[in-house]
Amino acid sequence: MWLFIVSDAITFSAVIFAYGYLRLASDAWPRPFETPSIANATVMTFVLLSSSVAMVLAVRASSLGKVSGAVGWLVATALGGVIFDVLHIREWLGLIGEGVRPFHNPWGTPMFGAAFFTMTGLHMLHVTIGVIYLLIIAVGFQRRKFSAVDVEVSGLYWHFVDLVWMFIFPLVYLLSAKTA
Amino acid sequence: MEHAETAGNKIIFSVWFGLLGLTVLELILAYQELPLGTMLSVLMVLSVVKAALIIAYFMHLRYELPSLFVTLIPALVFVLIMMTVFFADSSRLAHMRSLLE
Repeated sequence: MWLFIVSDAITFSAVIFAYGYLRLASDAWPRPFETPSIANATVMTFVLLSSSVAMVLAVRASSLGKVSGAVGWLVATALGGVIFDVLHIREWLGLIGEGVRPFHNPWGTPMFGAAFFTMTGLHMLHVTIGVIYLLIIAVGFQRRKFSAVDVEVSGLYWHFVDLVWMFIFPLVYLLSAKTA
Repeated sequence: MEHAETAGNKIIFSVWFGLLGLTVLELILAYQELPLGTMLSVLMVLSVVKAALIIAYFMHLRYELPSLFVTLIPALVFVLIMMTVFFADSSRLAHMRSLLE
């Protein structure tokens, strides 16, 4: 899992660097995020960080052999992921409603949409896969098919998805906040 | 994945509050009238601190064998630094556009 995480980190970095490249090469990158969007993204950050704490507790419960505790915290972690996804899809629909498309948007600099949807979409895909992964681990751990080590490894993946968001949130949202 | 020790509740919750606090700090910074370069640098430093906290405590790399850290992190950091080579070209594009206008 650590090797996968390092390679996935490089994948995300490539996308983030591409975004930086585009933004630096553009004259005026759009800053469309009004206060409600920033508040939404901040709540998403809090949800994801809190789900990581739930994951830590799941890993600890599983290593102590507390099956129901581990399953409960795994489900709580997955629930955090679902809330994150729902909030993010709401943000996407809001932007799509404002007329943002991958190669077109109301504010000029057509690549804004492509960069935004690629970065956040790749992350949303990771969160969604993470939710499915955690639920499979929860069911398997309940049925004694998976061990505490499997729970721990799924935790590594989940914390990594959280970690990536710590870069996407300031780069995409905070640096494009509409100020005054 | 055997551990000699792992972080206790107190550490985990301190890290959690630290991460939430750093997020609030970033949020406040976003509304300050700072030059974009300064803002980017400060936000990235804070993000690296947050990432390090997550890796060290949530992903408990701090409690693994040092060889795991040595194998993974320096190589990753090196690759990321090498990728910044593209930014020279990016600013060249911006410069060329200003020459055309």
